[in-house]
Amino acid sequence: MNKSIVSAGNKGEKDRSDCFVSLKLSDSGGIHLELKSKVQVLYGSSISALCYEMFKFFQIENAIVEIEDKGALPFVLMARIEAAIKQLIKSDLEFLPEMLSENLYSSDFNQPRISRLYLPGNTPGLMLNAGIHTPNGIILDLEDAVGISKKSEACFLVRNALRSVNFLGAERMVRINQIPAGLEDLEFIIPNNVNLILVPKCENGNQISQVNDRIKTIQKRIGISNPVWLMPIIESAMGVMKALEIAQSADNIVAMAIGLEDYTADIGVVRTYEGTESLFARCQVINACKAVGIQAIDSVFSDIGDMKALKENVLRSKALGFDGMGCIHPRQIKVIFDNYAPTDQEIENAKIIVIAFIEAAQNGYGVVSVGNKMIDAPVVSRAQQTINRAISMGKLGAKWISRQGNGTIIA
Amino acid sequence: MRKYDNLVVNSIGKIVPSEVNGKPETPFQGVGKYIPEGRKYGAPISSCTNYPSDGNKLIDSLKESLIRAGLNDGMTISTHHHFRNGDLISNQLFDIAKELRVKDLIWFPSASFECNSYLIKYLEDGTIHHIEGSMNGPLGRFTSQGKMRGLGVLRSHGGRYQSVQDGEVHIDIAVIAAPTADFFGNANGVDGPAACGSLGFALADSQFADKVIVVTDHLVPFPCLPWQIQGNYVDFVVQSDKIGIPEKIISGTTEITKSPDRLFLADLTARFCEKAGIIKDGFSFQSGAGGISLAVSLYFKEIMIKKGIKARFARGGSNKHLVAMLEEGLIDYIIDGQTFDLDGVRSMRENPGHTWSSPFTSYNYHGKGNFAGLVDVVILGATEIDINFNANVVTHSDGYLLHGIGGWQNCLFSKTVILTVPLFRDRIPVIKENVTTICGPGELIDVIVTERGIAINPLRQDLIDLTLNSGLPIVPIQELKNLAEKICGKPNLPNFTNEPVAVVKWVDGTILDTIWQVNESTNFIP
Repeated sequence: MNKSIVSAGNKGEKDRSDCFVSLKLSDSGGIHLELKSKVQVLYGSSISALCYEMFKFFQIENAIVEIEDKGALPFVLMARIEAAIKQLIKSDLEFLPEMLSENLYSSDFNQPRISRLYLPGNTPGLMLNAGIHTPNGIILDLEDAVGISKKSEACFLVRNALRSVNFLGAERMVRINQIPAGLEDLEFIIPNNVNLILVPKCENGNQISQVNDRIKTIQKRIGISNPVWLMPIIESAMGVMKALEIAQSADNIVAMAIGLEDYTADIGVVRTYEGTESLFARCQVINACKAVGIQAIDSVFSDIGDMKALKENVLRSKALGFDGMGCIHPRQIKVIFDNYAPTDQEIENAKIIVIAFIEAAQNGYGVVSVGNKMIDAPVVSRAQQTINRAISMGKLGAKWISRQGNGTIIA
Repeated sequence: MRKYDNLVVNSIGKIVPSEVNGKPETPFQGVGKYIPEGRKYGAPISSCTNYPSDGNKLIDSLKESLIRAGLNDGMTISTHHHFRNGDLISNQLFDIAKELRVKDLIWFPSASFECNSYLIKYLEDGTIHHIEGSMNGPLGRFTSQGKMRGLGVLRSHGGRYQSVQDGEVHIDIAVIAAPTADFFGNANGVDGPAACGSLGFALADSQFADKVIVVTDHLVPFPCLPWQIQGNYVDFVVQSDKIGIPEKIISGTTEITKSPDRLFLADLTARFCEKAGIIKDGFSFQSGAGGISLAVSLYFKEIMIKKGIKARFARGGSNKHLVAMLEEGLIDYIIDGQTFDLDGVRSMRENPGHTWSSPFTSYNYHGKGNFAGLVDVVILGATEIDINFNANVVTHSDGYLLHGIGGWQNCLFSKTVILTVPLFRDRIPVIKENVTTICGPGELIDVIVTERGIAINPLRQDLIDLTLNSGLPIVPIQELKNLAEKICGKPNLPNFTNEPVAVVKWVDGTILDTIWQVNESTNFIP
């Protein structure tokens, strides 16, 4: 018997909605539980009942358990207790919270991924209300936001969060660890209706194949086949040079992102506000994405207090061709969303061009002019993209254009 | 003195004592139902022949002034919370009482703060018999454990004025800590090292107490202007080295929250007000002292600028954000009950558009009207709300008394009352089947804004109609309660003994609810 004392969870001054579990197996005496909870009066008996149930489930008869609870929801308690138990015993059993029926949605290849909110994978307090801020996606992060010693317990928490936390329609994303370690993370998340996997520090197409192979293996084993999209993150010189190969490596890649902190470190320069040092890398990633018809996603902006600088950054990013950006704080979501969106003026111009083109086509012309500008196919294509984008972002109704009986077009 | 007697069920269905600390009381009869008769209480007549003809009422020490005021066993002593957690005088006062071996005092503060938990030792040793006012933090816990010898009485700011004016509470000695005063006793809160803005909470005490002592650390030659407290009510003036800790006078609860979830709630509340047509030219508003409420005014500001409109007045608690709106011309007037930061103090001192008010003008239910009903919208918080919109602000779901009522009850007479709360805190549901203590009857509470939906009181069909196609997440309150329970699990109820420890008064002096002793021996301990 492993007689060491193990623990899981957080008990720092600022940790809320979390708990800290420490556990030691013993030879006799049954399950000895010591519970100190902020919600002792209201939930003490249910926490202790859960604890006993879990020990029974994992067939542990004798143990000393201490739980310091700061108002953890049941799925958090379950994740912490299981994470502690599995440091001491080997078991294929999983103690799973109920999968909310609201969480069983899927996502589309082309849906907007303008704002994606990063949530540290081992910090439950930040997960609970993430959905109310309506990001396009939430990213439960198992990689950089989780300390090395907490990697294992974070997997249990993210697994349970995917089942128990309602992200209110946001695309359900997980950033796994770097390949090959990240392949093991898939075991926790693929069975739990994850919509998209972010593959960090991606440097070649083979890493993508490994991820997809593991996804297929897991899906086959448990008999599911829902689509799981991939978003490789390019964070190194090698990744940048192989951007096109990576983008082409699988047909479930819906977007590719760039991570500039790691990239600038890799090429040995300081990341600046203007970003001249990463211009090549960003353009390379954008072009690889556009070449294969997927979304290009920019690096996060790390000053969460400066919304003005964020806005400027977003406008530059949009001008280069990026379709969205990661967020590390909910306050960034609106700024990012509003500034990637086509402006009202852009939408109006696009409408005029599309209508002019349809009317010209009706009259048998291939080229028309609006004002002093010639409107040809690429101009129309760009206008149509603006329209599509405005529709997907809810700034324009899908039926913005209609045709009267006499063929007149009305916008 | 009997702690309580004659338990009866009042009109809202709660068991309350009809005798408290040896005095008969009226159980709550419904909103607007209890109409008092008789005449107001009057303080003893004074003659200026008994006071120094040169106007100099200076006494050497607080101790000396208390002796000359006749401090004696069983007296009611009042203080005020203008210095919030930076109050030094209340504690010193009872140190002196202890030294003089005075017993069984009734402490009648306008509110208590964490710093006053110092007084627990005087509750334990009999110097203080009980508290009528508020029992916050450790004082509340002490009360909930049944350790206070008398029954605590919780009143709103308006209810405090009402109780003094109506003679329910007879103040023997009022001690008014004043940031600036002259030797005659004229005093204000806008100048001096402990400047706190208004001294409005002390108005009743100055008018009705038998003896009034002003303590100041900033004595100025006569006249002290403005004279928020008029020296003609004052018996003694004491000069002290330091009456408050300025950095604690500016309380942390008045900072605008940085929490994205709370900002979301504030934004949603402002959007509701916009869609319901409340934010219109010439409107008026009040938001409470909590982080969410303060942030609401910032979102109001955005909407007002966007629409090009301004408010006729805002009710303070003022702070730098409200002051900025006044100075930018978005608000014509601030009518201020208390001042939460130094910008507020400066503005009150310098800006004629920023006026101080007292619980008499703003909140007193037994007056010829009060300002609370004139306000278009008020945004407040709560610890718990039930499915009938009844709300609690004094106890927590585990049964412990931890907060005072403040002006919360009085504000419920605003034209639209919005409680903005998270659906759950950590794991504790805020929207519940029943609240632990009723502080505000649901019929006065119009809208509950949570991050997962907005519930409108069915009594407010007008608001329901106005927001029907607004795109706002309007849901029945039952749904919010169910959702909170689904996320958190169904909580156990705390166990109480059959012993009342405090009562909650309604704004008309009747007893709305009882706070019971927490039965710590039977609450869950694994």
